[in-house]
Order: sequence, then C-alpha cells, then structure tokens
Amino acid sequence: MEIVVASAVGVLTAGGVYLLLRLRTFPVILGLALLSYAVNVFIFASGRLAIDQSPILSKYGEASYTDPLPQALVLTAIVISFGMTAVLVMIGLASYLEADTDRVDLDAAAEGEDA
Amino acid sequence: MSAGGHFLFLIALLPFVGALLPGLMIRAGRTVCAWTAAVPTALALVMLLILAPAVLRGEVITAEIDWLPQLGLSASFFLDGLGLLFACMITGVGLLITLYARFYLSGDDPMGQFYTYLLLFQGAMLGIVISDNILLLLIFWELTSLSSFLLIGYWKHLPEGRQGARMALTVTGAGGLAMIGGMLILGNIAGSYNLTDILQAGEAIRASEMYLPALILILLGAFTKSAQFPFHFWLPHAMAAPTPVSAYLHSATMVKAGVFLMARMWPVLAGTDAWFYIVTTTGLVTMVLGALIALFKDDLKALLAFSTVSHLGLLTMLLGFGTQAAAVAAVFHIINHLTFKAALFMTAGIVDHETHTRDIKRLGGLRHLMPVTFGIGTIAALSMAGIPLLNGFLSKEMMLEEASHTDWFGSHYAVPVMATIGALLSVAYSLRFVSHVFLGPVRDDYPHKPHDPPFGMWAAPALLATLVVVIGVAPFLAEGIVTAAANAVTGADLHPHLKIWHGVTPALYMSVIAVLGGAVLLSLHRPLDAAWIKAPRPEAKAIFDRLIAGAVALSRSATEGAHNGAISRYLAIFTVASVTLGYIAYRGSGLSETTRELLVVPPVIAVGWVMLIVATVAVVTMHHNRFRALVLIGIIGLSISAGFVYLSAPDLALTQISVETVTIMLLLLALHFLPKETPKESPIGLKLRDGAIALAAGAGVGGLAWAFLRRDIETISGYHIENSYEGGGGTNVVNVILVDFRGYDTYGEIIVLGIAGFLIYALMHALLDGPAARRLKTMDYAQDRSRDRHPLMMVVVTRVLMPIAIVVGAYIFLRGHNQPGGGFVAGLVVAIALLMQYMASGFAWTQERKRIEYHTMIGLGVVIAGLTGAGAWLAGQPFLTSAYTYVHLPPIEEFELATAMLFDLGVFLTVLGAVMLMLYSLSRIARFAGETVNEGPMDYDPGAHVATNTAANTVTDPATEGR
Repeated sequence: MEIVVASAVGVLTAGGVYLLLRLRTFPVILGLALLSYAVNVFIFASGRLAIDQSPILSKYGEASYTDPLPQALVLTAIVISFGMTAVLVMIGLASYLEADTDRVDLDAAAEGEDA
Repeated sequence: MSAGGHFLFLIALLPFVGALLPGLMIRAGRTVCAWTAAVPTALALVMLLILAPAVLRGEVITAEIDWLPQLGLSASFFLDGLGLLFACMITGVGLLITLYARFYLSGDDPMGQFYTYLLLFQGAMLGIVISDNILLLLIFWELTSLSSFLLIGYWKHLPEGRQGARMALTVTGAGGLAMIGGMLILGNIAGSYNLTDILQAGEAIRASEMYLPALILILLGAFTKSAQFPFHFWLPHAMAAPTPVSAYLHSATMVKAGVFLMARMWPVLAGTDAWFYIVTTTGLVTMVLGALIALFKDDLKALLAFSTVSHLGLLTMLLGFGTQAAAVAAVFHIINHLTFKAALFMTAGIVDHETHTRDIKRLGGLRHLMPVTFGIGTIAALSMAGIPLLNGFLSKEMMLEEASHTDWFGSHYAVPVMATIGALLSVAYSLRFVSHVFLGPVRDDYPHKPHDPPFGMWAAPALLATLVVVIGVAPFLAEGIVTAAANAVTGADLHPHLKIWHGVTPALYMSVIAVLGGAVLLSLHRPLDAAWIKAPRPEAKAIFDRLIAGAVALSRSATEGAHNGAISRYLAIFTVASVTLGYIAYRGSGLSETTRELLVVPPVIAVGWVMLIVATVAVVTMHHNRFRALVLIGIIGLSISAGFVYLSAPDLALTQISVETVTIMLLLLALHFLPKETPKESPIGLKLRDGAIALAAGAGVGGLAWAFLRRDIETISGYHIENSYEGGGGTNVVNVILVDFRGYDTYGEIIVLGIAGFLIYALMHALLDGPAARRLKTMDYAQDRSRDRHPLMMVVVTRVLMPIAIVVGAYIFLRGHNQPGGGFVAGLVVAIALLMQYMASGFAWTQERKRIEYHTMIGLGVVIAGLTGAGAWLAGQPFLTSAYTYVHLPPIEEFELATAMLFDLGVFLTVLGAVMLMLYSLSRIARFAGETVNEGPMDYDPGAHVATNTAANTVTDPATEGR
C-alpha cells in the first residue's frame, strides 16, 4: 500500500511541476491543482497509513485509531487550496481580459498577440 | 541599579527624545530651536559631570535591562574612563556645535531638521561609547552611519552633498557589516555578548583559531569608520556637509569611533604580531599619506579633512604599538586633536562664511580684516603643527618618543623615520593654513568683503583655542581624565605624568627636524605644488564610482537573469533549488532502518491507482485540450477521495469530493472566458528541461514519502484521542481537533477563506470597471452556446434535489462532532445545492430568490465563530474553550449540545458564503458580457408553448428575453 501512495504522490508532483512550468495560465492552474493533491496526500500520509482505524472513537471499548492530526490539517488545507485556486483563476482571467493574452511571462506578452 | 545607572539610561535616551523637539520648535524661531537642541545635550553633559568624580576614582558605573535575552541582547550600559572621555567630548563639542550652527546656518536652511539629525547622531555616538553589550553597540554603530548620512547630505540640492553622503554610507556601512561578523565571532568565543565579559576573555580570544578572522573583520569596521588607508577617500568627500557637521563628525566624534573601538578592544585584541603589523602599518601609511595630500589641497576643508585622516592614522599607529605608554599617548592625543581640529574646522567655516570661498589660492591677508579669527586659527594650527606650549606639542612628543623605540620587521629606523616625515608634513600644512590664509598682503578680489563674525560664531572656537593653550601650558590639568581613560584602555593601573619638558631625548631631535623641515617645505610650496598637479595619481572617487557601477551591473544581470518576468523561470529555479537541498540533506545523514510492515494492496485499490496514474499522465500530455484536462482532473480527485475512504479518513473523503465538485465548476466557469485550447508553443528543448525538473521533483517527493511511510514516528495525537471525548465532548477526533484543540487555527483559516472570497469579488469589480469590460462585451460565444440553456429536466431535478441536499447538509453538520462531517463539509454540500439552481435556471432567476447576501454570510460566520470563542471568557476560560451537555427531548434520541457546534456553525456559514461569493463573482462576469438572462425558471415556458401553439423558435430567441 505504501508504494501506491508514495508513487501517486510522486507522479502527481511531477505532473504538477511540469504543468506549473508551462507558458499559459490555464495549465499553470491545472498544475497547481495537481500539486495541491500531491501535497495534501503527502501531509495526510505523514500520519502513516492505516486501514479500518478511523479516528472516530469506538463505543465498544479499546480500539486502535489512525493519527487524526494530519487529517485535521489536510481537511482545512483542502478547503484553503480551493480558495487559492479560485483567486488564481480570477487573477488569470483578469490578466487575460486586460492583456488580451494568457501568457504568464511579461516579455512575450509585451510583444503582442501570438496566441 | 544605582542612581548612577539611572543617569546612564537617561544619558542614552536624552538625545533621541530631544531629537523630536527641534523639528517642532523651529516654528517658535531659530534661537528657540537651537535652545531646545542644546537642552538635552547640556543635561546629558551635566549628568556625565555628576558621574565623573566616581569614574575618575576608578569606579565603573553600570546599568542593565534584559531586552532579548534569547539572543544575548540586553540594554546594558557602562561608564568607565574611556567612555567618560568620549561621552564628554561628544556632549561638550555637541553643545559648542549647536551654538556655532545657530549662526552658521542661513535662513534658507531648514534648521529644525539639522538639529534633529544632529541629536540623532549624538545619541548614536553616545550609545557606542557607553554600551556594555556588543550587539547593542553594533546597533548604535549602524545608527551613526545612517544619521551621518542624513547630516552629510543635509544640503540636498548639492550633488556633491548627496554623492558624499552615499559614499560615506557605503564605505562605513560595509565596514559596519564586516564588524558585525567580527563581533559575533568574539561573542561566540567568549560565550557572552557583554563587553565586560569579553574584555575578561582576552587570553582565550587571542589563543582561538578564529582570532585572526575576527580581528580582520573588526579592524575593517574600525578602519572604514576612522578613514584609514585605503578607506580614507570618503572623508574628504563628506566635507560637502555644512561646516558644523564637519567639525562635529569629522574631527571630534564619528571618525573617532573607529579609534574608540580599537581602544575599547585593546585589552582583547592587542599585543599579538598580527595586531601590531596590521594596525601600526595601516596607521603609519595613513598618517604620512594623509599629511602629504593635505599639503597640496587648496580647499580649506579638504586640507583639514586630509589632516584629520593623517591624525587618525597617528592614533591608529599608537594603538597598534600595543604598549601602555603608547596607549596613554593615544588617549592624550585624542583630547588634543579634538580641541585644535574642531577649532580649525570652525575657523575654516567662518572664513568660508565671511569671504564666500574656501579656496586657499584666493585667500590671504585676512589677519587685518579678521583679527579674532586669525588669533584662534593660528593658535589651533600651531598646536596641530606641534609647537611647544600648545597641547599638540605634548602628545606629538609622546608619539615620537614611542615611535623612536619601535622596531618594524627588524628595522630600527623605519617607524621613527616615517613618523618624523609625517610630523614634518604636518608642520608644513599647518603653517600653510596660517600663512596662505591669514598672512601676506590684503587682496582686493575676495568674493565677499570679510570681517569678523558675531560673537556667537567665534565663541565656540575661541573656547577650544583657550583649552589648547591651557592644556599646553598646564598639562597636569588633563592628567585625571587621561589616567582614567588610559587605565580603561589598558586594564592596568597607570599613573602617567604629563610634562612639558622631557629633557633632551630622541623625540626632541625628531621634533626639531620636523618643525624646521616643515618650514623649509612650505617655502618650496609653489614649485612643489606645480609638480604635484602634473604628477599622475589615482582618483579615489573615480575608482569608487567604477566599483559601484560594476557591482550594480553585476547584481542587475543576476537579478534580470533570474527574474525575467516569467513565473516559469522562478518556479524552475525554486524547484531545482529545493530538490537539490533535499538531496544534500539526504546525502548528509542517510536513513534509519525501516520499522513498519508494508500493507497489502487489494485489487480495487490497484485499479484506482492505475486510474489515477493514467489520468495524471493524460492531463500532462493532453492538457492542450483544456476541457478534456478538466474532466481528467475530476478523475484524479475522485480517485484520491476513494483512497481517503480506504485509508481511514472519512472526513477527508467527504471534503475532497465536495471541494472537487466546486473546483471543477469554478474552472468550467473560467474556461468559458478563456481560450479553449492551449497552443503548442514550447520548443522541445524547453519541454525536455521542464520534464527533467518535474521528474526530479516527483522522484524527490515520492522518495521522501516512501521513506517516511516505512518508519514509525512519535506523534502527539495520543493526547487528542484520549481527551477528545472527555474534554471536547465529541467522538470524531478530527472534528474535535478542528473546532476545539486547534480551534484558533480553524478560526484563522475561515477568515482567510472569507478574505479570498472578498478578494475575488473585488477583482471582479475592478475588472468590470477597466478596459477588460469592453473586450468582454464584444466577446463571441457563438460556438459553444447550448441551444437549450436551461433544460426542463434539469430544472425539475434540481428543484427536487434542493431540499434533499439541504437536509443532507444539515445532517452532515449536526453529526459532525461525533461522526464524519462538520461545518466545512456541510458548507460545501449546501453550496453545491445552491449552485445547481444557478446552473439549472440561470443567474438572474436564482439571484432574485436569494434572501441573504454572501458578504453578510461570511461576516456572520466569522462573527459567530469569534463570539463563541469569546463566550468562554464569560466562564473565566481561555478563548475558544468549549462546553457541552446532553439534552433529552422525548420524541428524539438523547443528543448533545456543545458550544463547539456554534463555532462549527460559523465555519459552515463562512465556507458557504465564500464559495458562493467566488462562483457568483465569476458568473457575474458572464452576465456583464452581454449574455442574455432569463427571469423565468427556463428559457421558455412549456405551458405557454402548448397553449398558444406558437412556433418554438420565435420564443427561444434569447434577444427578445427581458434582462
């Protein structure tokens, strides 16, 4: 199971970084979304993996639980990363509508439309 | 703390407090302004004089307040003989300068500013000399650089003033940085940042292998401040300052700070070969070179500036000798140089003020026109030349005496000969100052008809000239302070005797040679001057300017190389740097043994994994089709949610799946306005480079996860699990952490989310007010417009779903404390339910039926959460402490009421409001873009259609619909 999670984190990171380095705003936003997944899963996994040990206290005596703290951190992180993505989308949209191009580098945008 | 200690604090504070006043009091007139500047200085001087008897007896007065004990930084001050000497000089000359400047500055100069700067500088200087903590000393040290920058550039309209100020700041500031390094090393070796402790640790410091780096760094600071070769060039350029500034900073105080520091550190650093050769040689070279240049300067202030450089070299050399007698001579010369040099600067200022020129070649014959100034100038200049019965003679004699028995690299003659040459040149330029300015025939071409200034202007230099004579005739008067200061420098118990006549010694011969040789040299000045002007010599300012230009070009190319305006480049640099650092850390320590058993991978999970990997690869390779990429992103998010379910994180799964939904909606809305395709424009090289970076980053992060997943850690979660029910009243530990244990964090996070919502709203408004609005209006949506924008089926289904979704949201919210769910998820679920209405029936229809503004909702949420937290105060508990109880209402099961639930309600409202505000803002753009809007639930009324049997196409024409 561990290799599944680790490889997923790695692949998501690689995909996210690659898209972040693209030249247009939309792929950059996609890349950020992928990177957010990767980071969230990474932090979640730092509590180590456990199956059938939800951090819901059992009424029936002793039970073992997975680490709830990373889950609490990630829960807010998911919501905040949505907010961040939304702000970025709005900025990307605004820059496209104002500058008439969705390139992320200033110099090329100054040269005019080439899209 | 003793009474004296309180005085010390006041002395340190007074100038800074006083600096606030002149700027205000200038409105009451120039004289009042000068008085307000003089009062704090005079008070500080009086307190120093009250403390003086004790210090002269050998006591050390201390005062200490802990400031940042973690950093070893305390506001601690002490006053010993050396500190007293300097503090008296700073405040005493400060008073004289205040008086002098009152008459020197013209009506156009902003006098309030001047006195404010002056007091700031004075405070910084006083801080240096009475600090007991070297970190504090460094702060004051930098403050002198900054305040002197303001003073040198006081005449902002003069380019020389601005350039001189920048040069002084650059050189002394750079030296100050070096000194910080050196001081930190010293503090490290001594184990304390208190000067008193460091002074005790001299042995250990000199034996340490870090001694040489520390010494060089500290000397860099001292040499730059005290204008020692090769850093001497800034001082003459700083002469663009008004003369009171030159007299104060560049003769009496700031340039002496370097000398002070060397004297202060003398017991710790002196006595080694490295100290002797570096300090003595630098001092000797500076002394001779400064004197030589001074002889050929035509600007009165430049002459005095280089003479100051020369005398500072002399002091440096004396401290470099490392003997106790030389230290006594240095201390004594500090006093003497102060008296005659400040007087000379003020004299030069008077001459400039009266004749409107400082060019020696245009002066001469002033003795009849300005007899008082002539008298003062002559006494001071002769003292500088070292003529008997004036104080300059005494300390110069002591200097020559010390020089005469100093060997330098085995040579017995090098130092004495050079010292004599320095003295000889000094005699020559001093005599030139007198003869070329005051003697000779009266000229008729002065730029302005000179006469003696008012008493207020010559009072200060006259007082100093009197001191020159008094100390020169009766040196024993200065014995007390010299002894106290010299003992503080050397840490020994000395009883020096200052005498006029030492008998026929080598020093006397050297002195005679210097005076006679100087007179001869002056008589040859005209031909020598012609030769000097012809001779090529390096121009310090040009070299400095080239260095600065080079540094600017270098940093500009580095900045522009890294910062070319493309975010992809910064991100690439950032990623590569992070991965490299991580790799270095991995190489450094390696990994421990693995401790965890691996979990098995069930087939379903394997399938999910394959889906995720394929979808990710597909997003990357097919991201040019933006719509398809969005669909693929959705697959990834769902796979991750499923993973959370399997891995015991039901709350995360719920959150992820609902966030996924709103994110996709958001991106879809945005995509409506953006190009639908990403052009394929990256060259293959760039793709390969980015691919390599991405793979490295992925391998790094994945490897890190793989490494920690197989090893156990200590976790603090045990506490949370144990106390979740007892303390927080809930069985869902994740939710209890969010609303209780870490409630403050959550509170901050919902505020951030709310701000993000407002930010988007504000951006939307800015956008619609700007040039983008026009572009939006002319946008062409024809290709992707649906024929039936609000289909009947969807309208009906969403209406039915709405109450169900709201009930689900309420259910998720209510069970959150004990079962998976809570405010975050509930807010998202309800948001989705509302969004469905927007999608089904359009913006305007939904907007009209909205009962509460989303802004209000965000605000309410934050306020409710905050008030809930504050409510704990009423019960005398800390912020956000929760209380709970169980209630039993007959028809329903027993259920729980907790304040945490109220807090969660705040979370719910904020999340709902923020999400809705974001999506609402985006859809508003659509409405603005000239898109047609329907007021009915659907684009056409199916009932009406059947009844009238009209052709559908006439009704569905959107243009006829009302707005």
